[in-house]
Formats: sequence, C-alpha cells, structure tokens
Amino acid sequence: MEPIIETQKLTHIYSVGTPFEHTALHEVDFCAYPGEILGLIGHTGSGKSSLIQHLNGLLKPTSGKVLFEGKDIWADPKQIREIRFQVGLVFQYPEYQLFEETVYKDIAFGPRNMKLSDEEVDQRVRAAADWVDLPESVLNRSPFELSGGQKRRAAIAGVLAMRPKVLILDEPTAGLDPRGRENILDTIRRIHREQGTTILLVSHSMDEIARSVDRLYVVNDGMLPYHGTPGEVFAHGTQLREMGLDIPKVTQVAQQLHRMGIPVDANVYTMEDAVRSILALQGKGDGLC
Amino acid sequence: MLKDITLGQYFPGNSVVHRLDPRTKLILTVVYIVALFSACNLLTYALMIGVLIFCIRCSKVGYRAVFRGMKPVLVVVLITGVLNLFYNHTGEVLAKIWVFSIYSGGVRMAVMMVLRIMLLISGTFLLTYTTSPMQLTDGIEQLLGPLKKLHLPIHELAMMMSIALRFIPTLIEETDKIMSAQKARGADFESGNLVAKAKALVPLLVPLFVSALRRADELATAMECRCYIGDYGRTRMNQLVYQRRDGFALVGGFVVLAAIFVLRRVGI
Repeated sequence: MEPIIETQKLTHIYSVGTPFEHTALHEVDFCAYPGEILGLIGHTGSGKSSLIQHLNGLLKPTSGKVLFEGKDIWADPKQIREIRFQVGLVFQYPEYQLFEETVYKDIAFGPRNMKLSDEEVDQRVRAAADWVDLPESVLNRSPFELSGGQKRRAAIAGVLAMRPKVLILDEPTAGLDPRGRENILDTIRRIHREQGTTILLVSHSMDEIARSVDRLYVVNDGMLPYHGTPGEVFAHGTQLREMGLDIPKVTQVAQQLHRMGIPVDANVYTMEDAVRSILALQGKGDGLC
Repeated sequence: MLKDITLGQYFPGNSVVHRLDPRTKLILTVVYIVALFSACNLLTYALMIGVLIFCIRCSKVGYRAVFRGMKPVLVVVLITGVLNLFYNHTGEVLAKIWVFSIYSGGVRMAVMMVLRIMLLISGTFLLTYTTSPMQLTDGIEQLLGPLKKLHLPIHELAMMMSIALRFIPTLIEETDKIMSAQKARGADFESGNLVAKAKALVPLLVPLFVSALRRADELATAMECRCYIGDYGRTRMNQLVYQRRDGFALVGGFVVLAAIFVLRRVGI
C-alpha cells in the first residue's frame, strides 16, 4: 500500500549558526498508511513535536523531504496551506488557541479559511461539534465560559471541521482527568472508525497509546530507533527504559510473571488481554497457587 | 521564525565579559556611550571601533550574532544615513543629482552618523548578550540603590523589569505556538493588504492576551505564596561582589574615555 504521508531522511536544525544551534531531527524516515492509527512516543525534547510540525508544513526541513500522497509538500510553497487543510494538526493544550466570540465562530475559522460556502461551513461546524459531543446549546456561548474538557473538545472540533485526511493530535489528553481522557480517546477512535481518517497520536503515556494504536514509532534524540506493532516495540523494554520511557504497567507485570516461569503471554499490553491471559492459566490447573 | 529574534537576548557563556560584575558592565556601557557621542573625528571613531572589536573578541559571542541583532534597525540606520547625506550643506559640492546636491560635509556626517548608530547598538547589545536579565536587573537595582533614600520605588521598578524581561522569551514562545496552531487551521499572516494583515492578527492576539493575563495572575499568586512583600527585609542569595577584573575593566573604560577627549583636540 502507498503511504499517505512519508518523510525521507528528514533533518531539522534549529538556529543554524548561533550558539543555540540544535539538531532536532536527524535523517528521520517515517511513514503512515491510509486508515491506520499510529502512535508516536518519546519524552519531552525528543523531537516528536518537530516531527509532526513537518508533516503539515509548519516547519520546513533543513534537508530531506516530506511527501503527502507521494508528492513533495514543498514542491510549491504557495500550496502549503492546502496541505495544512489535508493534514490536520491539533496542538498540545489546543484550548489556548480559542479566540472567537462564540464556539460556533471558532470552529468555523478553519473551514472559512478554506473559502467554503456558508452552507458548507454551517454543515461542517455542526457535524464537527456533534463528533466531539458538544451540544448545540454550547455553540452560541463564548469559548472562554466552557469547562476545560469542553474547551479542549471545541478546539479539536475546530480542526475536524476542515475534514483532514490525516489527523495529528499532540498529547490530546494532557491535563485532563481520567474520565475526560477516556472521552477524548473514545472520540478519536470513533472519528477513525466513522470517517476513515488516518490518525497520528502523540503521547508519552505508554498505557494510553498501547490501547489505541495499530503501529507505534519511538522517538528518541531526534531519531526513530524502534517502530512496529506495540508488541514488537515493547519487546525492547530495557532500551526503552534507558530512553526514559516506560512500557505499559500490565506488560511489565506480564513480563515479570513470564520471567518467574509462569506461562502467561509476555506480550500483553491492555488490561483485557492480561486478564484473559491470566484466566487462561486457570483452565490448565497446574497448581500455581 | 520568531525565535530568531535576538534583540536583547542573552547568550550564555563563560568568557571574561560574561563574568564581569553586571554593575561594572552597566557603568562601562554608559562610559562607552558617552565616549561614542564625544567622538567626532577619524581617530576617535577608529578607537571606538577598536574597543568594540576588542570587547566582542573577549566575549566570544561572535561577530555574526552581533550583526544579526542589528538587522531590525538597519532601516533606521539607512534613513539616517541618507537624510544626513542630503541635508548637510557644508564643505564643497561633490555631486549634483537633479535638485539634490551632495556636499563633502554631508558625506562626512552621514558616515559618522551611521557608524555612531551601529556602534551604539552593537555595544549595548553586547551588554544584554553577555548579561542574564537577572544579573542585569540586580545590577541596576544596586546601582540605583542610593535613590531609595529619596523614597523612589527602585526595588519595585527592578522587579517589574526582571519580570518583563523574564517573560519576553516565554511570550515569544507562546506567540510562536499560537501562530503555528492558527496556521494549522489555515490562518494566513503574510499575504494581503494592511487591513487584512491587521485582521489576521486577531486570532493571534486574543489568545496571547488571555494567556498573558492568566500567567500574571498565577505569578502573583506564586509570589505571594512565597511571602513576597516587596523590598522590606529582603536579602539576596547571590550578593554582587566586585572582583579584581572589574577594577581593571573600569580603569580601562575610563582610560578610553580620557583618550577620546584627548584625541578630539587632535582632530582629523
């Protein structure tokens, strides 16, 4: 399958020629296929934010290429806005970008920039609000009156209303309570299911990522040392820990049990799988307890 | 990108200039400015250029950084140069272009003015390049300390200044972030006429003000939580102490100033 978005030997260096010169990305090869949910994980300062800002053309590569649907996005710099409508990027704490008088107008900002007709904008705004579970009554209120979770969802709706083919979310659950977090993740999974949008989820929480993604990239020090299914990546537990990352808690438990000689599957990374794997032992009845 | 603005930015380092007492550097900057404005002929300007080069060398900041800082004021420099070139009608006529004529005095004046502004800017930039905002305000507070006797709110002024300086990078970063977020939604900050450009700033300025106010509020609370009540009874963790090198630097500075006054009389 053709990747929908791809980077080839992408390198980015900040503040070239000053004492602040800093290589954020070094020859990164990354690709996302249409319709998948992809995870990007790395600790603060690893380069993950720089990477995602290249994917929609907010940053220009120092060297290397970014391809969207096989075409270099910087082939015509004038068309870069088109790429930004196709590759939606939800920043960390997106609620700080809200600015309009009403939630409706704020969500409409993106579609209006796309120069869509009024009916189309109206239809998209209402649909986007519906996807993120914002009730109609909220649309005419000021975004600054909403609760934290509602603000976050309004901001995400602002990007969804552009109907991007690829949706990138940078730490969408940061600073939310467990229920708010679950809500956002549910919304993301539903959008993926119903719209077929390719999703790139950026996080530093392994537990959260492990449950949601098909494939996973690890970012460390401006490079992508590991990628693959969550199982494949978590097999590098020791190295991940050295990078300051952790594997999900259930996987740690399962791996420890495995090391102790208890025949559980060491490659579980969701609570449900762990429960299933442990319950399966009961059937065998080899008198572990 | 906005991050590349170097106006008044601090370049961390460990050179002699970095280690000088901020009070010394402030005094020397004043001396430098006085010397610069007293310079009036070739020799004095040559001396000032030499001093600046020497200081940049010692600071290890690099010429590139110093010149890049000058970029934003280049227009002002050019306008000053051009105006002086045409409006000074002393000396002999060198060239005539349409209704304008260029006099030798004009050329002399233009060169001097341009040099003066450039030396002024790069010299003062060197101060902020090599002194952290914290040190700078500490130095100012100490130097102006005697004015407290007259019940002038020196401490409050210094605190306001250090807070303002402290938040410049934060706000630049914030602006950058909001700008990127709005660009990701198709905002266009570059094209269009003046009205369109001003309008395009609304999505940037509203969130920026909201967050600046929020930050101010949080900072005030955080300061009160740590029992900040102003100057009264406040001691400092890092006391400023003059070192030997400060003595040398100050003597050097005043020698240059004296030399300028002597060379003024020579006049070339």
